[in-house]
Amino acid sequence: MISAPDVVAFTREEELEDDLYREPPLPEEYSVPLFPFAGNGANPWAKVAGSKFTRDFILISEFSEQVGPQPLLTIPDDAKVSGTFDLNYFSLRIMSVDYQASFVGHPPGSAYPKLNFVEDSKVVLGDSKEGAFAYVHHLTLYDLEARGFVRPFCMAYISADEHKIMQQFQELSAEFSKASECLKTGNRKAFANELEKKLKDLDYTRTVLHNETELQKKANDKGYYTTQAIEKANELASVEKSIIEHQDLLKQIRSYPYRKLKDSEFHPYEPECALDRADMGSDQDPTASDSAEPGETHLYTHVPSYTPKLIKAKSAKCFDKKLKTLEELCDVYFFTQTLDQLHHIERTFRGDVCYLLTEQISRALLKQQSVTNFLFEDVSFLDEKPPEKQYRGCQGLGQDAIDEKCLEESLAPKVVISLGSYKSSVECVPIKMEQEMEDSEEPKMSESVTSEHQENLDYLDTDIKGSISSGESIEVLGTEKSGSGLTKSESQASLPVIPSPQAGRSKVGSRRTVSEDSIEVLSTCPSESLIPEDFKASYPSAINEEPYVDDDEGGLRFNPRMTPGVDDGQDDISKQESLVQVDAACCIGKESPNFLEPLPELGQKVCEEDGVVRIPPQPYRPAEQGLRGGFPSHDGLSGGLLPYELDSRYLTGSREVSKSSLDECSDSMSYISSAASTCSDRTPSPAHLACSGGERHRKRAGQNALRFIRQYPFAHPAIYSLLSGRTLVVLGEDEAMVKKLVTALSIFVPNCGLYAKPVKHWVTSPLHLVDFQKWKLIGLQRTVSPAGVNVLHALSRYSRYLSILDADSKTLRCPLYKGTVVTRLADHRTQIKRGSTYYMHVQSILTQLCSKAFLFTFCHHLHLPISEREPEESVVNRRINFLKLQLGLANEDIKIVQYLAELLKLHYIQEPGQRGNPLLRFDYVPSFLYKI
Amino acid sequence: MLRWLIGGGREPQGLAEKSSVQTIGEEQIQNPYTELLVLKGHQDIVRFLVQIDDCRFASAGDDGIIFLWNAQTGEKLLELHGHTHKITAMAPFSSSDVTEEKVDLIITASADRTVIIWDCTSGRQIQKVSCFHSTVKCLTVLQRLNVWLSGGSDLCVWNQKLDLLCKTSHLTDAGISALVELPKNCVAAAVGKELIIFRLSASYNGSEDWNVLEVKRLVDHQDNISSLVSVNDLTFVTGSHVGELIVWDALDWTKQASECNFWDSSVHRDVQPEIKLSQTPNETSVQHLTSDEECVFAAVGKGIYVYNLQMKRVIACQRTAHDSSVLHIEKLPNRQLISCSEDGSVRIWELREKQQLPAEPVPTGFFNMWGFGRANKQANQAAKKMQENTPTYFLELVGDLIGHSSAVQMFLYFGELGLATCSADHLIILWKDGERESSLRSLTLFKKLAQNGDLQLRL
Repeated sequence: MISAPDVVAFTREEELEDDLYREPPLPEEYSVPLFPFAGNGANPWAKVAGSKFTRDFILISEFSEQVGPQPLLTIPDDAKVSGTFDLNYFSLRIMSVDYQASFVGHPPGSAYPKLNFVEDSKVVLGDSKEGAFAYVHHLTLYDLEARGFVRPFCMAYISADEHKIMQQFQELSAEFSKASECLKTGNRKAFANELEKKLKDLDYTRTVLHNETELQKKANDKGYYTTQAIEKANELASVEKSIIEHQDLLKQIRSYPYRKLKDSEFHPYEPECALDRADMGSDQDPTASDSAEPGETHLYTHVPSYTPKLIKAKSAKCFDKKLKTLEELCDVYFFTQTLDQLHHIERTFRGDVCYLLTEQISRALLKQQSVTNFLFEDVSFLDEKPPEKQYRGCQGLGQDAIDEKCLEESLAPKVVISLGSYKSSVECVPIKMEQEMEDSEEPKMSESVTSEHQENLDYLDTDIKGSISSGESIEVLGTEKSGSGLTKSESQASLPVIPSPQAGRSKVGSRRTVSEDSIEVLSTCPSESLIPEDFKASYPSAINEEPYVDDDEGGLRFNPRMTPGVDDGQDDISKQESLVQVDAACCIGKESPNFLEPLPELGQKVCEEDGVVRIPPQPYRPAEQGLRGGFPSHDGLSGGLLPYELDSRYLTGSREVSKSSLDECSDSMSYISSAASTCSDRTPSPAHLACSGGERHRKRAGQNALRFIRQYPFAHPAIYSLLSGRTLVVLGEDEAMVKKLVTALSIFVPNCGLYAKPVKHWVTSPLHLVDFQKWKLIGLQRTVSPAGVNVLHALSRYSRYLSILDADSKTLRCPLYKGTVVTRLADHRTQIKRGSTYYMHVQSILTQLCSKAFLFTFCHHLHLPISEREPEESVVNRRINFLKLQLGLANEDIKIVQYLAELLKLHYIQEPGQRGNPLLRFDYVPSFLYKI
Repeated sequence: MLRWLIGGGREPQGLAEKSSVQTIGEEQIQNPYTELLVLKGHQDIVRFLVQIDDCRFASAGDDGIIFLWNAQTGEKLLELHGHTHKITAMAPFSSSDVTEEKVDLIITASADRTVIIWDCTSGRQIQKVSCFHSTVKCLTVLQRLNVWLSGGSDLCVWNQKLDLLCKTSHLTDAGISALVELPKNCVAAAVGKELIIFRLSASYNGSEDWNVLEVKRLVDHQDNISSLVSVNDLTFVTGSHVGELIVWDALDWTKQASECNFWDSSVHRDVQPEIKLSQTPNETSVQHLTSDEECVFAAVGKGIYVYNLQMKRVIACQRTAHDSSVLHIEKLPNRQLISCSEDGSVRIWELREKQQLPAEPVPTGFFNMWGFGRANKQANQAAKKMQENTPTYFLELVGDLIGHSSAVQMFLYFGELGLATCSADHLIILWKDGERESSLRSLTLFKKLAQNGDLQLRL
């Protein structure tokens, strides 16, 4: 809801808007020349032109002990994706930064092999020659036949956009961890199976050998052993040793803390357990290896119909045998699960990083608005990823009360990985530090600086930040250090709220050394993420605006007392105003710089004077403590401040600005975005996080709604009906047409609760009163049959509860609307052309309405008398005055806000789990008939 | 509107146009009911609503189930199963037991020839009697004597413990259709065309001494008595199927006054042949009577008549108040009258004094200045027709409630809490004052906020 319309250039709507909107081309002389440096199909927005692949993809590689690093598969599995990109070469690169294989396997000095349950390592790696940047996730899988029983693998998310990798590191890391966990679980299972088979083999071999030895003993009673016999005895001894070793391995693999799996997303273990339990009976087979300890879970045991083989003393040369495929290494089930997860990752992260960030920000903000977000948002979509909260520590804010602890945790690095593995990983890499003054570096990347990056840079120990570079080709900018996480969080927590930007810049900066060779490992953890200062240099404006860049955790401020206007005075106000004319995102925020619109600073950061958005939105960080309770504004009010004081301030400020047409602003933006999208090179349609259907639906609904407001001059009263809770019936013969209209109008329907939208697309039977309680928008079939007459009779009977849109005769019967909100919401002369743009426009205005309704609902004195003796009328007067003067609502707009407020009340009062009686509110107001 | 929907081609011979039923537009400023709750539960016609206490009521109907509802929230409190046939009568009975604690009970009679007493708090079936020879059609509680009467083909007197104290002999097969309590331990029972007065000789010592005696039979009605209501200690009123209304003295059971032709249109010099032709007994039947100290309000056919006891004549009427028979009417304290009808609507009327004829009625509220032009005009016309009787009052329609899709059988007025209506469409609708509900919700909201501790300033 909050995402700014069209700030983001990204998608291409595939089943785009019809020819209707395809205008004739401009005459040659008026057309703007194309980006001069662009070749055919080049994209001026492309950040790195040199990349050889067209879109982001995921690569799985293995460091094969036979042939070295080799690519195994890519997701999406399409040759076109990687294009001319050299997968083999890149595999070599990414595998060469794996630190782990060296300390698993046989540690020197131990009697028999020891399995290390190593954590995965996560690194970011850049290859400027290839124009590729990658998040690389290394993991090891166990293979009995492999050297040291381990096979190193890695999964890499490869993108041409470095910033995407950097800024989405945590998300990527969380998602890839899931995939890796799944793979490893399957692998442990398969490994255990393999071990058991091997044990059976060994056991069998031992029996055979033993028998042979006995036979030989009996055969010669000469009293001395033949060389043959000695050989056999040695062989037997080695087999026995091997049995012990393998038993130990099996024990180790089974002792892997099973509870770990409980966190992971892949729960379908139960059926498997059941299956195993069923097999248990046959498992008791005495011939089976003695390794199965009593009481041990039989999770890893498998089909016992295995016939043991004799193991030759000398196994084949390791280069002769064929190594197991990844699919064999992990159980097939887990393998497919992993692939699904990887596909999901690919879908989630494709597209421009701006888009991802905007989504994340708006989603996080929406989650905070726990009181109002149900009205126009799909709440299920907000809640859809509860597991993520575990990984991200604190991203799931907004629904929980705040406690000190949570806040502390939120500041700490979020990727939870055991200390040990990091220490060792750091030790393994030869590190060389280089420090320089920041401005010595030429601006290499034309991209932004994120606020928290700066902050991190400023407050990190200088020896942690900075480039860490190996002498030769690999350049590691930063690795995750175990100790640093904690200390950093503490130091951050005690930061002053608004540090001076000067302090930050005058500090000793550090930069990367760009070595001749092309691999740069940028960072392994963005919680101390190190974007070199040289990026800043190219962005003077960004630095100038630093005061806005909120330094307390991520640039989002709600607290009314900390508005930029207060802190920085006149200067900022003028800036705000200039910005207001420029950017639609700011226009929305302008009415309430600190109060209704939670994102003013963000908006400012995003805007440039020429109206082109150059800086992508910043990743969302949890806001400060007081903001998460769900009642940011209310707190201020109940604390003794009169609502008027707060409101009048922003209202006076907003008077003039509100004149600047919102549509114009967002339209200019929409042009930009459409231009961008048509020439956007990579990844059409960034399907929204696991929710592409919803995305498409929005787009289509927005498109239909646009068409509706253009076609029907009486769109305003119709939309007013929906917003004020009066059921709108769309009557028509043609099902498709009716459904289309219903879809179009559905974006204006407020939800009554957490359930599905109160929209019924198609009904053929006569309506009843109960239906109006349930549904606020109904598509109704008109037939000429007697049954159809009944339908119409019902309509006419209940006409006082209904607005009726006749799709066939193009008439509308509904109450009069004279307000202003809907006029802004649905201007038939709007220049918005794209469905998704219009959808966002609608969402932004609805958000405004929501916040007004929120204020109205939660202002104590508007509903209850201040003193006990105060008469009811004065409360009513106060209420009306508030609506009219403070909220600036006119005529019927009041009804809209009142209805929304009523929904908010009901929602808040309602006990969780208990679904209250749906009630129908209505007014006795006359209806009018509108015709085209 | 319907015409507009159908498309103008087919003009429906709408009842509304021909039969001059007063209509009110969509703008109803005086109608307070702007919120409704639909209570679902019954599976057949809901016929009876009974108030138990300030915020509870019971409903019963043809499905034999009794539901208890919270009148404020619409919450279903209890569901009482026990009858196998439809419920024919229901009465509340608050008794004080040994511990002097008030216990709310309800008595229900059903077509399965049983009567059950229920505890309204626990939903427990306290006692069940199934020794009836015929269906009990009416129940009356004599709170003073702490007994209750059941009327079927005979009249039985029961005490609270469901002991049969005494009973009459078999009266008729048709049975008693209505019972009303009179002073001096008497009851009037409507049996067909006759009105029978019984006297109870109560004994406070033991149950053996109770007796019930027929004292008088009144045979003044030409047709079956359909309604029977007590006005005050001195008067009671009966109405019959052919539209006779008789006012009786409650002490000596003599006829004080009678009105038998107020349905007759010729009296009012209103020539409407089509109505006359279609005049069936049902059109003139006195469906329901209610009264306050001054007037008796009668639902006769489709109309509502106000009969003044002092003046002994009809002072105001609305001859076609509804599209079909009026089933139930009730007088509200604020000179308002509510009626419900088979046409599925509930209407709110206001009894107003008429000023000088040529002048428009003086509006009582500010809003009437511009709000009710049309309605007033029609009321005037209706009033003009009755000039012969020179009524100085008229009934003005101030609002209608449309929600049920079938006949509204009965309603229950809960004062501030609203109005509960029950209907043949199996539903009960709670009509509420939207403004009041909204402020109540705000109150709850802030209470909850305080509870959750969200009212504290959080920095």
